Amino acid sequence: MTAFILRRLMQSVGVVLAMSLIVFFGVHVVGDPVYLLINPQADQKDIEAAIRALGLDRPIWEQYWHFLTGALRGDLGRSFIFGEPALKVILQRMPATIELAVAAVMMAVVFGIPLGLYAGLKPNSPISKTIMAGSIVGFSLPTFWVGLVLIMVFAVMLGWLPSNGRGQTATYLGLTSSLFTRDGLAHILLPALNLALLKISLVIRLTRAGTAEALHQDYIKFARAKGIAESRVIGVHLLKNILIPVVTVLGLEFGNLVAFSVVTETIFSWPGMGKLLIQAIQSLDRPIIVAYLILIVLMFVVINLVVDVLYSLLDPRVRLGEGSA
Amino acid sequence: MVRKWLIGSGIAVCASLLAVATVAAEDLKIGLSAEPSAMDPHFHNLTPNNAILSHIFERLVETDVVGKLVPGLALSWKVLDGNIWEFKLRPNVKWHDGSPFTADDVAFTFERAPNVPNSPSSFASAIKGKTVKKVDDLTVHIATAAPAPLLPTELTNVLIVSRKSGDGAKTEEYNSGKAAIGTGAYKFGAFVPGDRIEMLRNAEYWGAKAAYDKVTFKPIKAGPARVAALLAGDVDIIDDVPTADIERLKKEPKVALSQGVSNRVIYFHMDQFRDETPFIKAKDGSAIKNPLRDKRVRLAISKAINRDAIVSRVMEGVALPASQFLADQFFGVSKKLKPVAYDLDGAKKLLAEAGFPNGFKMTLHGPNGRYTNDVKIAEAVAQMLTRAGIETSIETLPPAVFFNRASAGAGGQPEFSFILVGWSSDTSETSGSLKPLVGTFDKDKGFGTANRGRYSNPGLDKLVTEALATVDDGKRGELLAQAVELAIDDVAIIPSHYPVNTWAAKKGLKIAARSNEYTLVTSVTKD
Repeated sequence: MTAFILRRLMQSVGVVLAMSLIVFFGVHVVGDPVYLLINPQADQKDIEAAIRALGLDRPIWEQYWHFLTGALRGDLGRSFIFGEPALKVILQRMPATIELAVAAVMMAVVFGIPLGLYAGLKPNSPISKTIMAGSIVGFSLPTFWVGLVLIMVFAVMLGWLPSNGRGQTATYLGLTSSLFTRDGLAHILLPALNLALLKISLVIRLTRAGTAEALHQDYIKFARAKGIAESRVIGVHLLKNILIPVVTVLGLEFGNLVAFSVVTETIFSWPGMGKLLIQAIQSLDRPIIVAYLILIVLMFVVINLVVDVLYSLLDPRVRLGEGSA
Repeated sequence: MVRKWLIGSGIAVCASLLAVATVAAEDLKIGLSAEPSAMDPHFHNLTPNNAILSHIFERLVETDVVGKLVPGLALSWKVLDGNIWEFKLRPNVKWHDGSPFTADDVAFTFERAPNVPNSPSSFASAIKGKTVKKVDDLTVHIATAAPAPLLPTELTNVLIVSRKSGDGAKTEEYNSGKAAIGTGAYKFGAFVPGDRIEMLRNAEYWGAKAAYDKVTFKPIKAGPARVAALLAGDVDIIDDVPTADIERLKKEPKVALSQGVSNRVIYFHMDQFRDETPFIKAKDGSAIKNPLRDKRVRLAISKAINRDAIVSRVMEGVALPASQFLADQFFGVSKKLKPVAYDLDGAKKLLAEAGFPNGFKMTLHGPNGRYTNDVKIAEAVAQMLTRAGIETSIETLPPAVFFNRASAGAGGQPEFSFILVGWSSDTSETSGSLKPLVGTFDKDKGFGTANRGRYSNPGLDKLVTEALATVDDGKRGELLAQAVELAIDDVAIIPSHYPVNTWAAKKGLKIAARSNEYTLVTSVTKD
């Protein structure tokens, strides 16, 4: 397993290099942010000074080389806009995004698996049909619109929940998160639900499909024939077998939630990384964009690894090695 | 699904009970459309930063809601001889750490402001050419190489910091609050980038005491979300109300709007320096001489633009038709100019006279998302021009790309032929528009910085140069008005409209609309 993990990490270095090259040169082709950042009243000499201060007067390959040598020392450059190290700016916002993603995935599991299981076990009941119809709605509604509707209904019309922002944080077992306070939970509920809606639908459909298929397998029939209690047949034998695709998808979806919850974070003014990324793209803050994507690539590598390891725990038939690289 | 909603509403009820219990009467929350990038007052010379930091720090000279100069940390100022200004400082002012404010701090500010590392937009331009001399603890002399009538105005941009806390302090130390020691009505509370900025009441303030114990600024970039936050009561005041929501909010009993014309003009800049301009072709696609160098064509375009329609339909009434660089109440405007009237036949006639009876093909470039409704304005104007015979297509670009190419996209020269842009004069007088927009492009003199059409008129340059060296306000105003008339008469640019800024506050509060677009707690009054 160690060799497997090492090989995975080696591959990711190549991916990161290629990605940084593409982003670096891509953003360069789009333009530089100087005219956007500078005070309109500045004269030509001030503009030139600003270009020099950001290092943008250098040839692009020299800038890239500078970036690479810095990156080897763990320095991914300074944000053009904040003037602070890009990594610091991103990591500052990471906890908010991770807690939002965790909350959304929890919702997906808590609502998605039981509902999907029910729909799979009783495919013809009207409740199952309602669940499946609901999941199609969850799939097809655009996040942006759902977010605004949630705000209109729960914050503006009913006044139950805050419309935006992150609530108070508290520190518990060394972790600082807004999930530990009531105010924090009230704030996270709407954005998390907004993000989770699609994931819930996804999990419902995956679980239902898995259940419907597994019900006809020999091991279920055998377990029933043996007279094992129905709850154990479903709770242990069936569930364990249908969880593999669910875990894979949730792992990747978790990565997606962390990396690209741009829309939800923007609508709910959630102080996370997604909002930072979209701002960085709009203002061509190249150090932030590059550092962000490097972090995301690394994160996906790790998530994939964790998913592979989880596989082997859920299903003893899966062995990590040559085949699964 | 049902269970989910029940749980959701259960938590929601708890939360709302909690929220009611913790609301304090003396707090204020403001939703901002643009987020400041730092708490260092000399890091980034741009409106969002300058506005929010005005609560913590103060300037020698401040401006009122329409941009008129009023005493700040300086009680009075006068010209000694042509090149030296004397500022008498306000006595008994204390920094938030209790130390007294003196001339030494002013001298330190002038040392620090132009030299902040990694600054994306430095204050060097506001400080340049000025030498500060401390005369005594409450008097400073500021000397320049040539007479500088605008010096007090230029100082309305520079926030004064304390030498004691600022010496050697980097931007990070201001962001953490350690060095963010000002003299203002509010003290630094917290700065959580992307989330909020908190400020606390300064009980020792020299002027009118702050009305709130704590003020929280929340950046809420999306317009509809900002409006929703106000309606939900999560914030008390929002800036930059989307034009589409204004009519609805007017009918909303919980909300009060305030509006004021900004010191910005939305206008069209035209390529007037190339013989052939890249985005204008004959109707059959063949190359033609640049028609925009002909004043008749420029006037024809101006006549073909229906400013009233732009104001009433596209801007939904929150703008004024523009005749020049700044709206009527600002300094140095011409009283004679009226917006060019919509006259389609006149436009066609002028085009024919200029040798384009069949018009030509043109691309209008503009930013998307930089100015209110910028894309819609570009679309509307393209249709209006097409009706006059100038077949106009539009291309809108992300601001970061647009401004780059519009300023220096063609090997250091402006790339486009006909662009939609906006300009605000941060001095609130027309010299702040004339010099950069229609002054002849000249690196050494600092003229024509944003002259993206490279219009050049030596007579105009001379008038502006003379005005900039005229200390007497009345005379300077006249010279500037003359220069404005000259530029508009020559159709150097085509002004479209002056946007009106809109703020919204919950009932019982009122915020004064400031022409420089600053959202200030000190401008908030209770009914």
